[in-house]
Amino acid sequence: MDQPGFDVHIDIPGTTIFDGKQAMKGYALNKMCYEFNKAENREAFKADPEAWMEKYGLNEQQKQAIRDSDILAMIEAGGNIYYLAKLAGIFKLSVQDVGGMQTGRTTEEFKKFLKSQA
Amino acid sequence: MAKILGGITTSHIPAVGNAIQNELYDDPYWKPFFDGYPKVHAWIAEHKPDYCINIYNDHGLGFFLDQMPTFAIGAAHEYRNEDEGWGLPSLDPFPGAPELSWHIIESMVADEFDITSCQELAVDHGFVVPMQLFWPGAPHHPDMPRTVPISANTVQHPIPTLKRALAFGRALRKALLSFPEDAKIVVLGTGGLSHQLDGQRAGFINKEFDQYCLDNIVHNPDELTKISRLELVEKAGAQGTEFLMWMMMRGALGDDVTEITRNYHIPISNTAAGTLLLECAA
Ligand SMILES: [Fe+2]
Repeated sequence: MDQPGFDVHIDIPGTTIFDGKQAMKGYALNKMCYEFNKAENREAFKADPEAWMEKYGLNEQQKQAIRDSDILAMIEAGGNIYYLAKLAGIFKLSVQDVGGMQTGRTTEEFKKFLKSQA
Repeated sequence: MAKILGGITTSHIPAVGNAIQNELYDDPYWKPFFDGYPKVHAWIAEHKPDYCINIYNDHGLGFFLDQMPTFAIGAAHEYRNEDEGWGLPSLDPFPGAPELSWHIIESMVADEFDITSCQELAVDHGFVVPMQLFWPGAPHHPDMPRTVPISANTVQHPIPTLKRALAFGRALRKALLSFPEDAKIVVLGTGGLSHQLDGQRAGFINKEFDQYCLDNIVHNPDELTKISRLELVEKAGAQGTEFLMWMMMRGALGDDVTEITRNYHIPISNTAAGTLLLECAA
């Protein structure tokens, strides 16, 4: 699916605009993550991730990204970072851990990078 | 008639809630950030606003993609803070001001802003952290004002333009000034400044652009409406689009403002943290 009439993208390297195109791809994944706001859903996911992903109708690309803890692949599969952050919370990952994972840095290296921009 | 005292902006990073809970005010990492608030506390203690309009952006607690309002206005008796997925302790509910909410909604819609009214709204760190920063102990601070939350969409593109955000603020000003009560109102704009959480560009911060925004928003906010939304993503980072809240707040203050204090510090978590207090001409 595409939005040819509204392809307004300027290329911002390393940045995915969460637009209608991404929204169409990622709804099931984002919905599952949104519902992690509730502790009981987080527990249910932890108990049986495969069954929980199936329940929300995630596609194979989305499931594999989660199995691999691959944040960039989750974004590619339509994930929105605000909802993915709730999934990251289940794995006790901080935003700096997540930043490091996406940029090929250790968490310490990522923190140094942040500071270097002061 | 009601009076607008001024506006206060601040970043609303989730980690701040944790730092407050652990009283890390003098910790070397946190001190340059918390040092930005005593002047705000003094100003609030002097002026004691009765109402606070809290303009923030929801991050996936109050709204999901199933129904995503571009501009939502709370019209509840109270606003619950809830678990955002990280299991952090929630604060007690914040008292609302539904009669002011409905006055704003009537006025805004008459002014042709198509807003969504919310008689129940769970509020996340975007709303709560600024309250804790400005009114320590919130919602149990003795001078805690009643509040009207306003949330703008920055989750799902298309997001509003900077021009629309400023115009929204100007219409909000008209609504507030026509509220038939001798009340003192403060307007908050929360979020920003530059930061990006997602993608290979995660960790992006842009000091030069933030300074440009800080300098212009005080006396020249119309200049900033020339920035397109994608340019805002490019220059402020994917989540730096929260600067829209600052524009909404700024619009509500009118042309004549005095800068009382400003603070800027890199980094807090992934963010360039900014705070600004503008007082309206009497
Ligand atoms: Fe935010």
